[in-house]
Amino acid sequence: MAAASLGHMFLTYLRRELRNRRKQTAVVAIGLAVAIALVMVVSSVSAGVRDAQAAVLESVYGVGTDITVTQTAEPGEGGGFGPRRFDFDAEDGEATDEGTRELAQERLTTNPGTTSFEADALDAVAGLEHVTGVAATLELTSISFSGEMPDLDQMREEGGGIVVGPGGGEEGGQGGPSSFEIDQQTVTGIDPAAAAVGPLTTTEVADGRTFEASDAGQDVAVLDAVYAEQEEIAVGDTITVGGTELEVIGTVSSTTGDGVETAANVYLPIDVAATLADLEDQVTTLYVQVDSSSNVDAVSEAIAAELPDATVSTQADLAEGVSGSLSTASSLVSTLGTWLSVIVLLAAFGLAILFTVSGVNRRTRELGTLKALGWSQRRVVGQIAGESVAQGLIGGVAGVALGGLAVLAVNLSGITLSGSTGAQVAFGRPGGGGMRPGTEGAGEAAVGGPAAFGGGGGDGLAGTVSDVVLQAPVSLWIVAAAVGLAVLGGLAAGVVGGQRAARLRPAEAFRSLA
Amino acid sequence: MYQIEKLTKTYTQGKRTVHALRDVSLRIEDGELLSVQGPTGGGKSTLLQALGGLDRPTSGSVVLDGKDLATMNDAGLTRVRAETVGFVFQNFNLIPTLTAQENVETALVPAGMTKEERARRALDALESVGLGERADHLPDELSGGQQQRVAIARALVKNPTVLLADEPTGNLDEDTRDEIIDLLEGLWKEQGLTLVMVTHDSAVAARTPRRIRIAKGRLKELTGA
Ligand SMILES: Nc1ncnc2c1ncn2[C@@H]1O[C@H](COP(=O)(O)OP(=O)(O)OP(=O)(O)O)[C@@H](O)[C@H]1O
Ligand SMILES: [Mg+2]
Repeated sequence: MAAASLGHMFLTYLRRELRNRRKQTAVVAIGLAVAIALVMVVSSVSAGVRDAQAAVLESVYGVGTDITVTQTAEPGEGGGFGPRRFDFDAEDGEATDEGTRELAQERLTTNPGTTSFEADALDAVAGLEHVTGVAATLELTSISFSGEMPDLDQMREEGGGIVVGPGGGEEGGQGGPSSFEIDQQTVTGIDPAAAAVGPLTTTEVADGRTFEASDAGQDVAVLDAVYAEQEEIAVGDTITVGGTELEVIGTVSSTTGDGVETAANVYLPIDVAATLADLEDQVTTLYVQVDSSSNVDAVSEAIAAELPDATVSTQADLAEGVSGSLSTASSLVSTLGTWLSVIVLLAAFGLAILFTVSGVNRRTRELGTLKALGWSQRRVVGQIAGESVAQGLIGGVAGVALGGLAVLAVNLSGITLSGSTGAQVAFGRPGGGGMRPGTEGAGEAAVGGPAAFGGGGGDGLAGTVSDVVLQAPVSLWIVAAAVGLAVLGGLAAGVVGGQRAARLRPAEAFRSLA
Repeated sequence: MYQIEKLTKTYTQGKRTVHALRDVSLRIEDGELLSVQGPTGGGKSTLLQALGGLDRPTSGSVVLDGKDLATMNDAGLTRVRAETVGFVFQNFNLIPTLTAQENVETALVPAGMTKEERARRALDALESVGLGERADHLPDELSGGQQQRVAIARALVKNPTVLLADEPTGNLDEDTRDEIIDLLEGLWKEQGLTLVMVTHDSAVAARTPRRIRIAKGRLKELTGA
């Protein structure tokens, strides 16, 4: 058997049939094309959203972090805004002539909702199987309060509490003028010697230098470049954290994107941070790297067993913690997008099958004639299946082109997704959203009795917000899968139609009607 | 050529049973030209299908050159159809999307030969039916008589020993009918074929040396064989 000659008639006949039934071919191919274009868009957009999520997570947790370990604060302990207050006694500060007292206080505590735990957890985790790297950080929030408060002694005499007006303005309250400022920064203590895992892995030095092993115990700080610019702090300047002056040795910027803030405003050697916060040998977060993604769950369970009080989060858990338009997009793509593609894909497959079967029914006499001419079962079935697969291929190529254009359109339209991670709770970071010093939120805080400032509550708990422009990647894999799906649709139609053709008796050639 | 014994074919459609052929026995010699007449629904086409290995009978035997088509497996029947038997149909049964030459070539596909040889033999066959000039035409571009010529070329291109024609002139006018019958007769003589031709037409049947009639599934010789 000369294969080439068989192939020739096969192809000629196939081409003629497809050309002759142009409309049917077009409908089937377009159906499949639209379906796989949709599949392409959905899968590449969801890959894009996943990338964006990873970028947001990485900007907070660093590259290569598979698991983070934190500990949730018990009510009444830790750095929560609720229980932690600035408590000023009436005698604090200096009384001024105008019936106010000048006050200034700074608090360096663990982040709201989290608490620190013993640093030896690091060694416990490092000793676990499949763990290839662990870094510990001490993630703190520094809130400083400064300003003038009404002299409470005087006010008590007049009776009743007072409300400080917006912006701490002059007209606020009957008890005399008051004004105050709240400043807040995130401060992260880092092991200067450990560089492989942790928040600094997604940063690059913008100015000066980053930590070296010899910085341990030194009063030095590295600042987030965006923060440094806002605060007009340059390398070589000093900043005050926890009442101690630290020399700024460098600034770092995020590798995630231009103008994106890194995980914290201020980075310190972890031992210095611990001393300043009065949290000796304590850490708040462990960043754990695992040898293979298939071991992440096992390691996560092992850590949970080792540290029963800890909250162990895998990348997948962390991704769930990403909120904002990013998470909306993510759930939209994963639910609606997936269902829509499945439905459209099934409809396209159904259409292909329907048209093929009706084609076989119409060609009963023709196919019977071929059998009467001595064509084998296999050849007749192959011819029918070949036509369907060819329609699938045409649909596949058209669909990849269509899908490619659609993805291109998505990418060119520059959709910006913003994501925030609840785990890194920032409060009123300058320019970072949330509450700003001296704005309404602070001003509305009621002051009564011994002046107590209890924080702004939930509204102020904006996480680390990152804007990521959606870039939907079209991988070769997606293209191959898309074409494969279209061919699969053609094949499904071919199998059904071929089965029908196989059942036809050669005697159908004698049918008087076509 | 053919030795047919007690050939019975019944079709069951739901509860209804149709006896298309009842106990038909028939002997056909090599090189015979035989016409089959009879009323519509009598079983003529059913007999032809049995002779060509298109369908297995319900009972009885159809021995072709020593092999019983009634008990042959599918692959064997396919080979008989591909090599030994050629068919010509009332409706021509050309594939509308293929040219005259390509239609003729479809009969050579099972034989497996080079593209060039297939094309050459198809062209030869078309020339032998007087259609060498129309090789590139689609069936639609040909008259009924020309289409039936293409179908005859397709039936004969593989050099079969048997040609089975079911009302080959049933869809043609009288002049074309005579042309086609002349052609078939000429080819029969030339190639030493065994030709079995179903026809309604007594004028056509009158030209054949042997005539049989099938009605209600029963066979009757019209000529003393
Ligand atoms: N596939 C089938 N299923 C059921 N009944 C059939 C089938 N093929 C033929 N028959 C029946 O068998 C009988 C014989 O049919 P056949 O086609 O052999 O008749 P015929 O002599 O060729 O008639 P015509 O001159 O109309 O072509 C008829 O009653 C017909 O309805
Ligand atoms: Mg008939």
